[in-house]
Amino acid sequence: MAGIPLSHGLLVAVVLFALGLVGVLARRNLVFMLMSIEIMLNAAGLAFIAGGARWAQPDGQIMFILVLTLAAAEVSVGLALILALYHRLETLDADAADKLKG
Amino acid sequence: MTAAFYVSAAIAVLSTVMAITRADAVHALLYLVVSLLAAASIFYVLGAPFAAVLEVIIYAGAIMVLFVFVVMMLNLGQAATIQERSWIKPRMWIGPAALMAVLMAEVAYVLWASRKGNFAGANVIEAEQVGIAFFGPYLLAVELASMLLLAGLVAACHLGRGDERK
Repeated sequence: MAGIPLSHGLLVAVVLFALGLVGVLARRNLVFMLMSIEIMLNAAGLAFIAGGARWAQPDGQIMFILVLTLAAAEVSVGLALILALYHRLETLDADAADKLKG
Repeated sequence: MTAAFYVSAAIAVLSTVMAITRADAVHALLYLVVSLLAAASIFYVLGAPFAAVLEVIIYAGAIMVLFVFVVMMLNLGQAATIQERSWIKPRMWIGPAALMAVLMAEVAYVLWASRKGNFAGANVIEAEQVGIAFFGPYLLAVELASMLLLAGLVAACHLGRGDERK
């Protein structure tokens, strides 16, 4: 098995990361923004896996598992914040939460 | 195996594009699950079967189920989809997409320079090697990850309890 060129794997990761960043920048709904952040974290994990596969070392997968832990913690806190914000402001618009003391 | 990589990469990119452009949150989540499953098959092709399994179980399984649960708890319905559709204007995609296209072109140019002689996925790294490395040199990272997860648990518990001061 010859494998995949490393640049192609990294290119897929970059495209997915850019799509996630476009989602964060363009969407106004908080749920969609959190989903786009998940896309970006997943793309970072893909880049780690591709790098680990290039040098045939387990370190890439270890970093991916740490990214996975981070994503799980981040999404639980983020979704709890979204629920609290929705109960307080009755909307998911990110622009509605622009006051520090609401 | 090479064809599997390119097919999964195309599916991942297409379903991610669909996920970030949908107005209905559930549709977007289902597209995102497809994208994550495609990423899992990319991991498998790259010789990381353990990471592929974790991607399916934790990312496409647990995290997406959490999202679906929250979307169900918010109980958005048809009105939210209509409002979301009014928020999504074709005009507002132009700025971010143009900036990201420039950044992507830069990275693609850098990757083009190193395209020769770098092949990934020729060797399969089994879960055994990952586990040995994890509980050897990376033991401190495991401890830090456990503290991070505990902090996430406490924060989600505290925030999800609701506002009792009112």
